[in-house]
Amino acid sequence: MSGGNGTGRAGFSLDPLRDRWAAAPGWARWVVYLLLVAGALLLPSQAIGSFMAPSDTDWPTMLSDEIGIYVLLAIGLNVVVGMAGLLDLGYVAFYAVGGYTIAIFATKYHWSFWETLVLSILFAALAGVLLGAPTLRLRGDYLAIVTLGFGEIVRKTAQNMNYVNGPRGVQGIPHPPSLTEWTIPGLEVQPFKYGLLDSRPYYYLLVFFIVIAIIFVKRLERSRVGRAWASIREDEDAAELMGVPTFKFKLAAFAIGAAIGGSGGVVFAAKQTSINPDNFQFMVSALILAAVVLGGSGNIPGVVLGAFVLSWLPERFRFLADYRMLIFGLALVVMMIFRPEGLWPSRQRKAEFAEGEGGMGSLAGPGAAATEVTK
Amino acid sequence: MHFSDFIHQFWPSTIDGLSLGAVYALVALGYTMVYGVLRLINFAHADIFMVGTFAAMWTVKTMGVSNLGGFALVGAILLSAVVAGAVSGGGAVVLELLAYRPLRKRGASRLAALISAIGASIVIEQLFATIVVPRVFDLPKEKGKIAQAYHFVHRTDLIDLGPIKISNDRVIIFVGAILIMVALDQFVNRTRLGRGIRATAQDPESAVLMGVDIDRVVTATFLVGGVMAGAAAALYYARFEEAWYFAGFLLGIKAFTAAVLGGIGNIRGALVGGIALGVFESYGSSLFGSQWKDVVAFSVLILVLMFRPTGILGESLQQARA
Repeated sequence: MSGGNGTGRAGFSLDPLRDRWAAAPGWARWVVYLLLVAGALLLPSQAIGSFMAPSDTDWPTMLSDEIGIYVLLAIGLNVVVGMAGLLDLGYVAFYAVGGYTIAIFATKYHWSFWETLVLSILFAALAGVLLGAPTLRLRGDYLAIVTLGFGEIVRKTAQNMNYVNGPRGVQGIPHPPSLTEWTIPGLEVQPFKYGLLDSRPYYYLLVFFIVIAIIFVKRLERSRVGRAWASIREDEDAAELMGVPTFKFKLAAFAIGAAIGGSGGVVFAAKQTSINPDNFQFMVSALILAAVVLGGSGNIPGVVLGAFVLSWLPERFRFLADYRMLIFGLALVVMMIFRPEGLWPSRQRKAEFAEGEGGMGSLAGPGAAATEVTK
Repeated sequence: MHFSDFIHQFWPSTIDGLSLGAVYALVALGYTMVYGVLRLINFAHADIFMVGTFAAMWTVKTMGVSNLGGFALVGAILLSAVVAGAVSGGGAVVLELLAYRPLRKRGASRLAALISAIGASIVIEQLFATIVVPRVFDLPKEKGKIAQAYHFVHRTDLIDLGPIKISNDRVIIFVGAILIMVALDQFVNRTRLGRGIRATAQDPESAVLMGVDIDRVVTATFLVGGVMAGAAAALYYARFEEAWYFAGFLLGIKAFTAAVLGGIGNIRGALVGGIALGVFESYGSSLFGSQWKDVVAFSVLILVLMFRPTGILGESLQQARA
């Protein structure tokens, strides 16, 4: 898998930065990682919030309820879409499985948050396997519509089952137990005390999940599994012929992506203390997919950026009131037209892009051929 | 499981399923043709349908008619179908020009086009929710459903065979949908432009080398798909008499499901898939209760694809001699 040169495309490029990063010594990278984590932990401060959040909105709540969750989900979906190249339009189903698992086990069986967290991740991964096992033999857009259908099946089932109160959903999901009452000296923050009033502990919890997920996914990407995914994404038939057990690796991608989505659902349910089927509409799947593609499918920093931008924009511009979603939709179209490869694509993807072959087949055929021939 | 209901309701639910399936099939045609030519899931097609329902409602409102039956009803539905077809067809062409053509010219990935489609879908919905509906229909700027806004159909049983009663609107919908599909089939098979569409679906590069004007073919595909969606919207409006800015969403998913069920890219597959989905859904709702009908529809899709991974009739616009 040589990267090749991402050449030829006009506009803003991150390549010089990338070269320096590739040449940087190990300790320098660690410094950058630590700075990034420190930055993430300082993000909820008031100084940043006064610019990032509209005046009537609590910035830490925006960070934990919208941005943090979307970033985590986008990292999970990126495993499926960006790395393995499988189009999943029903990712919200796994998020819902996570949320409903904690809702049921915490309210009916009084399990603690940490116990349900493990269970939810297992259940979500199992849901991924259950969906994947019969459907992963399907190609491309058939898989897309099946996953979309699965998302709707999960939502409608939750809506129709009295066991989980149908459309009213489950209330009274407990907050996670506080780990300690310890207060950061100088600041009035108790980072491990989860309650109704302060959103920051949840944000820190999400940052912890996000960091774990990134490390996990990044390690996978550089392993045999990651190379298998790349080969499946590029050409599934060739991969199969070369002896890559494609079905097994596709199933693994589904399960891992689903597990990350499930962990997002757990935090969401515990933070909100109540969930209902309307939290898991198709639009959530569409927005997470948009975050992955807009950021730069397959590139984790890009995906994080994309999720941040897409979850932040509609909240920041709440003052546009009724026209908010209209402008959001326009922004999606315009951003795709001007940067179809994403805001921050991986270099390898950019090279593929320049060759006119997107990872998932190509729309270029007619248009590109037409422009070349009719010149 | 309500087997007795199912037996009792067998004929009415079959007929409901057929008429709803015919609407699914018409909308599915738009998905399937665009997919055949561009390999793109045109998510905004559902909203092109929604625009059509509002155009049909506007026609009925402007005509100021009510309680129509017989040939007057046929005429009114025909007129609303023409208006809705024109509006939706125009809308689809504009959609392609603004949201997809720039991406196509840059050779963007299909994933990028899909996101652009989702964005365009949000734009059309919000445009209607915030601007068009409040201004054109003097309705409050509310986000809820505008149920049964303008009635015009007087429903009577046109065919009465004892247990089988078929109302006039269902007959018009079914016959109308079949006629439109026959016309489309002829267009794709007999005309020059139709041959261009089939050629592009088969092999875009060779089609260009053989002198097919690809941009014209794409525009024609979107136009035809839009007109079908508009006609479907007029029939849908005659059946349910409601329009809502979000109405396209579920119907769009169902229609796309129908297209995949029949074999995407295959025009006759869209017909078979649409009717099959409509009937299954109708049976499902009398067997398990109407709240489970969507679950039944998507489960059928998953089951069918497990055994026939490219749909009932298989894929591709060209092979089935579309």
